[in-house]
Amino acid sequence: MTAMTEIKVGESLEQMQMPPVTRLDLIKYAGASGDFNPIHTIDEEATNAGLPGIIAHGMWTMGNLAKLFTPYVEDGFIEDYAIRFRNMVFIDDVLTLQAVLYKEEENKREFKVAVVNQKGQEVVNGTVVFRMYEVGMAG
Amino acid sequence: MFKELIGKRSAPSKNVIERGAVKKFAEAINDPAPIYIDEKAGKASRYGRNIAPPTFPITLEYGAIEELVLPTKGLIHGEQKFHYKRPLFVGEEVYGVTEIKNYYERTGSFGKMGFLVIERQGTDAQGELIFTEEQIIIINEAARKGMPV
Repeated sequence: MTAMTEIKVGESLEQMQMPPVTRLDLIKYAGASGDFNPIHTIDEEATNAGLPGIIAHGMWTMGNLAKLFTPYVEDGFIEDYAIRFRNMVFIDDVLTLQAVLYKEEENKREFKVAVVNQKGQEVVNGTVVFRMYEVGMAG
Repeated sequence: MFKELIGKRSAPSKNVIERGAVKKFAEAINDPAPIYIDEKAGKASRYGRNIAPPTFPITLEYGAIEELVLPTKGLIHGEQKFHYKRPLFVGEEVYGVTEIKNYYERTGSFGKMGFLVIERQGTDAQGELIFTEEQIIIINEAARKGMPV
């Protein structure tokens, strides 16, 4: 793993491809988050809501994406995490987590982040501002 | 009407960041990292304890705004933001408050849509802000009129 301080503007954190989305993923997330909206777990309910099938909780996808930053918890913390939910995520979708550094300012590192499906569509996108605990040479 | 609810705030709701809840949540988002779930790793970290994943506050209670009644169908979670002063610690007490920040309508290709902006805040036992969270909920016109969607 590259240290956060060595990542340059325009470079990415190592992207991560997830195994295909399963119903069990969403059942587990429903239980862990307390979001039991049945369009995420029960086919009939999703169909009744006019959906082609059950869809992932947007917050499940957003939660997964944050894991790109977990290896850096000793270097700093996520100060801002802003996401727009762009497209639905279905069972068997293969998602890739991405983060690109686009701005560096004192102790802040700003990343453009996205989750992309197997068709190349961004299902969520947004920004992460990662605040570093030490300013390095600036002191 | 949602517009009249702008500025309404809930009474604070007390939460405890439970170790088991954090572990289940970390596993459910495929991020069971030691900093979230392993007590020893937490102690050895710069925080001296375990922390919660950044989206964990979605599970907490923020009190209810009685006047806010949302339709059960036709809602879309449009946007979600978290802003942190510091990470959230396992074991700490968090007081959650919710506030209706804004409501506006726009007409697009799907007809008239309502945008409800809800802010939630988490403060620690000393009253210091830990995080704010903002959700934008999109409500379509059919749902707003209570029609089947």
